[in-house]
Amino acid sequence: MSVPLTLLGLLEREPSHGYDLKRDYDTWFGRGKPLPYGQVYATLSRLARDGKAIAGPAEHGEGPDRKRYAITEAGIADVEHWLSEPTPPEPHLQTVLFAKVVLALMLGRPADHYLDVQRAAHLQRMRELTDLKEKGDLMDTLLADHGLYHLEADLRWIDHTEARLDMLAQAVQQ
Amino acid sequence: MTGGIPGGRPPGPALTGHEVAAAGTPPTIIEARDVVKSFGQTPALRGASIAAGAGEIVAIMGPSGSGKSTLLHCLAGILAPDEGEVWFAGQRLDTLPETRRSEIRRDRFGFVFQSGQLVPELTAEENVALPLLLGGARRAAALKEARPWFGRLGLDGMERRRSGELSGGQAQRVALARGMVARPEVLFADEPTGSLDSVSGELVMSLMTRATREQGTTVILVTHDARVAAYADREVVVRDGTVSALAVASSGAPQ
Repeated sequence: MSVPLTLLGLLEREPSHGYDLKRDYDTWFGRGKPLPYGQVYATLSRLARDGKAIAGPAEHGEGPDRKRYAITEAGIADVEHWLSEPTPPEPHLQTVLFAKVVLALMLGRPADHYLDVQRAAHLQRMRELTDLKEKGDLMDTLLADHGLYHLEADLRWIDHTEARLDMLAQAVQQ
Repeated sequence: MTGGIPGGRPPGPALTGHEVAAAGTPPTIIEARDVVKSFGQTPALRGASIAAGAGEIVAIMGPSGSGKSTLLHCLAGILAPDEGEVWFAGQRLDTLPETRRSEIRRDRFGFVFQSGQLVPELTAEENVALPLLLGGARRAAALKEARPWFGRLGLDGMERRRSGELSGGQAQRVALARGMVARPEVLFADEPTGSLDSVSGELVMSLMTRATREQGTTVILVTHDARVAAYADREVVVRDGTVSALAVASSGAPQ
């Protein structure tokens, strides 16, 4: 997740104060991991320094001084570029799952047991995400689905691996 | 043997492995114990055990040919096991004569299969009312029972359509209503979303779990799809005709 580009994207809607950006970020993208205020203001300062956003004059009022930030043409260009380019597919070729299976087979330990408990843990997480979908709104659903499809992919790999465990054991013990 | 307390622990020898009843879990309503079933020389189940509590949704998972559908058919009294026992609500199911098992299937079980299997000559509401009609209800009363299901399952206006005039997802929701209309104690669902796209399948699963939880219906759900199984309270994995003991214990404390 690129916090600077996400904040810039939020700024493209309308000029906003840091407080509003943090609130919107947490609402749409935070999901249990809210953005610290310090990070919001540090990021906005950097964006202003790099010409991606400009800060308005400090507004005096109740509470701390507030600045309103607006996106620049350069900032809009960055957002546009970011949204049009694909995110590198993460191949997950060195996952813990993989390492555990190979090590278990090398050491003659019960890899099938590990795969079974891993399957159960994955399904438990899938139940939690399904529950979130049932109780949440469309945004929750979209987010939960993303997690569910990834967990499902892991599960298919687990089943596939389990079916070939004997062959794999021979391969790693040679 | 038909004794025992309805809904309570069936009498019989102590279980050896896969008993799921523990403190705080609902009483077992349906159970297979060490069921063996072969088709000719081909063994499908080699001592499979599973138990479901009242109101519980249990997913049976496993690779193709693992025996998961055979296990469902034995639990539902459709197939008689070669060995082992099947208990439902305190009575031994597998030793009952077929006529009696057929009555239990009609009056106390509901079924949803992969493709709706609606009767094409009947309207959707007649299809939903079918279990009630077969149970001896009058037509007007059966249709009156059937109609609220159309609103519950998002099928308003579909009452008079025939299966050919319904989308796959709609037909499967009609089949779900048919499976639930007689307020079964156990709903057996065999790959209920198998012929649907992911969004339609999700709607069917969401409606199924809501309806069965509202009515306290136990669900035995056979699926190879983990996203479908995630609607269940827990899953068991059938492999080579037996139920994986680890998977039985997966959702709670180790048994």
